[in-house]
Order: sequence, then C-alpha cells, then structure tokens
Amino acid sequence: MTREQAITVTVNTVRHTITVPASMTLLEMVRSRLGLTGSKECCSEGECGACTMMLGDEPVNSCLILAVEADGSSITTIEGVGAAGMSPLQEAFVEAGAVQCGFCIPGMVVAATALLQRVPDPTLDEVQEALSGNLCRCGGYARICQAVLRAATPEAADV
Amino acid sequence: MSLFDYERPGTLAEASDTLRRDNAVALAGGTDLLVAIRHRVISPEVVVDLKSIADIDDDISRVADRLTIGGRAVMSRLVHDEQVNRYFPALAAAASVVGSVQIRNRATLAGNLCNASPAADAAPPLLAFASSVTISDGETSRTVPVAEFFQGPGVTVLERGEVVSSIEVPIPSVVSGSAFARVTRRRGVDLASVSLACLVDRSGHVRFGLGAVGPTPLVAESTVDELVTDDGIDRLLAIASPISDLRAGADYRRAMLRVHARRALQRAVGEMKAAS
Repeated sequence: MTREQAITVTVNTVRHTITVPASMTLLEMVRSRLGLTGSKECCSEGECGACTMMLGDEPVNSCLILAVEADGSSITTIEGVGAAGMSPLQEAFVEAGAVQCGFCIPGMVVAATALLQRVPDPTLDEVQEALSGNLCRCGGYARICQAVLRAATPEAADV
Repeated sequence: MSLFDYERPGTLAEASDTLRRDNAVALAGGTDLLVAIRHRVISPEVVVDLKSIADIDDDISRVADRLTIGGRAVMSRLVHDEQVNRYFPALAAAASVVGSVQIRNRATLAGNLCNASPAADAAPPLLAFASSVTISDGETSRTVPVAEFFQGPGVTVLERGEVVSSIEVPIPSVVSGSAFARVTRRRGVDLASVSLACLVDRSGHVRFGLGAVGPTPLVAESTVDELVTDDGIDRLLAIASPISDLRAGADYRRAMLRVHARRALQRAVGEMKAAS
C-alpha cells in the first residue's frame, strides 16, 4: 500500500519530487532529504515553534505535518526568507541584538515574516501574539519583538 | 514515529470504508494526532487524511438561521470570519486562544471536538450556543447536539467509519449577549485550567458551557434572576466535578469557575444591553 509515497512539493520556489515514508514529517523531509537544516527540531509537539515554516502564506509547525500532507504545496523555509541576501527583518534582528544562542531564530524570523506580510505595521501586542508559539530559551523576547517592530518601521528604532 | 499507511480519500464514502479498518485513525489538522502518535499513545495502521474530501467543507457559510462550519475549517478561519465575530463572539474568542498562530492555522474546529478533551477550547461556546454536529459515514448522516456528543475523556458518540462533516451553530433569534472566559497558568499556548462561555437572551434565559471541570465539557442552564444569588450560582455549577491535576487543584478550579461564571454573565448581559 502506501507506506512510501511520491510527493511533489515546492520548497523556496524549487520543485522537488521525492519518495517519502508516510510517517516522515515535513520537517524531517526538509532537513534530511533536502539538506535544508535552518529549520530546527526541538520539542516535536508544536510547543516551541523552532520548526516554523510557511505553508503557502501561513506559518505552521512543520513537526506536526506529515510530508505526504504537503503534497502539491508551496513551502517557504528560513533559507527561502534569506534567499536574496539577508531580508530587512533579518538585518533588524542583527541590529537589535535579538540573537543570543540562535536556535529559535529561524522559527522566529519565519513567523515574523508571515506576520509582516499580513500586517505590515503591527503593534507590539500583535507581534507578541504572532510570536507566542515561538519559545526562546535564552529569554531574548524583548529584543526579538523590538527587531520585528524595527523592521516594520525602521525610523522607530527604539521602542 | 511508528510506521503507518497514509490514505487521502476524495469522498466521504471512501474515507468511511478505510476508517472501518482495524486501527485506522482520521487526520484533520494533525496538531493533536501527530503528538499522540509520536508519544505512542496510539500506533495506527492507517492514517486517513480528511483534507481532500470534497463533501467536507473548509468554509463557513450561513444557511437560513444558522452558521454552518465545515468539518475542515481551521481555527484561524473562525478567528477572522466576519459572521462568527458578529453572531458568536464567544466562539471567535475561544478559537483565538487555541495554541499558537501556527497551531490555529492547522487545527480544525471539528478535530477539537472529536479529540474530546474535557478542556477543548471550542466546546464551551458551542454548548452555550446550543450547536449541533453533523456526522456522516458516507451513506447516511445524523445530527447530534454538541451537548450529547461527548461521552467521556477522549470518547465521543462517533462510531467506526463516522466523521464530523460540519458543525451547525444557530443564530440567536432574540437579542442576546455572550462571553468567553478562560483561566490558564500563563497567557499563551497553554491548556485551560477552567474555561466557560455564557449566552444570555432577552427573556433572561442563561446557558453556560463549561470546560475542564468534569470528564466532558458540560452544559448548565439557569435564568438571570436565579443567578443574582449565591445559591443560584451554586445550583448552576453543581454539575461541575473537577479533578486536581498539574494545571490546577479541584478547589481552585471550583473557585475560579464561580468567579468567572459571574463575570462572564455580567459581560454577556452588558453585551446584550449594548445590542438592544
């Protein structure tokens, strides 16, 4: 039957046709089969957001999606966000000193990128809500939120 | 994760056939299911993805005096739906606190009900609004009030081969007001220690849906006049039988239930007055 299945997914604008086990998650596929290791595996149960990718325009936990479920979909990972050099949001993370150990940052940046696409000029509340599914073990939330606000309105650098 | 087969049927009939096999489970958003598989709470032989079934909608539509929420509609959809916000603000409020943005983009309302957690966030408002669930096995369908849908923790009236195809929420015919309340240890991404929703209408009738204070979500009814007194509140909430667990003790749950039931009623009455 279908313990293995061929799927076609577009990851960061590149189409791939891959045969995967039905039990493989989208995260495992992207990391181990496509070699895109920017997305991190951490809690594996949708609590921490380190694996956040965009499915279409929507941020999702790629550890809770089977690769076969993503058949026919378009996915953006952190590698896609920075494909043409650092995005303004990524620059803002650096400028705000928002990166400490860095493990949560790919997920944070993808979740924040999705927010800014939907809400170009968010309030602090909106930023906090959009990132509430992304945990930072270092506790660097203040600067992370500041970075997102800085990217939205570069002139308001100090919030 | 343990190995399993994956099927993605295009019709309800095919899905029902596959779900009748031994050890078959239905997959909607997967936000609870994949965690259960990973932790080996369940080890399915076959996972039946419901997302390509043409007879199950991912949309929300108004049909006459009710809103029909498709079995594949995700929580984010409810949060942003204009009609849900207009007629059922307590339901939109409940949907908006499910997990995180990432979870809400995948988790379905139907899945939240089928998982049958006593703390299911969407259950209290659906109970307060006297909603019902349409269940289908591909050949026949039946409609069950949400109040009769839950049988125990993790157990519903769903029989083998049946899926929830839609949820119907009747639009209140008279002027009414609603409110949702939820107690958690931290503000975001936590299961409810206590949750409740309340609907009050102009005749003074009050219906509460209560979450995380019994083996299933519960429904309790009363009147505004009755609930003016402490005795009235006690009678309303006598149905609750909370347990002590890592999130809260039974006594704390009872105390919070009283406080938040009273506040929710006040807010709902305030909303009703503002609407009339």
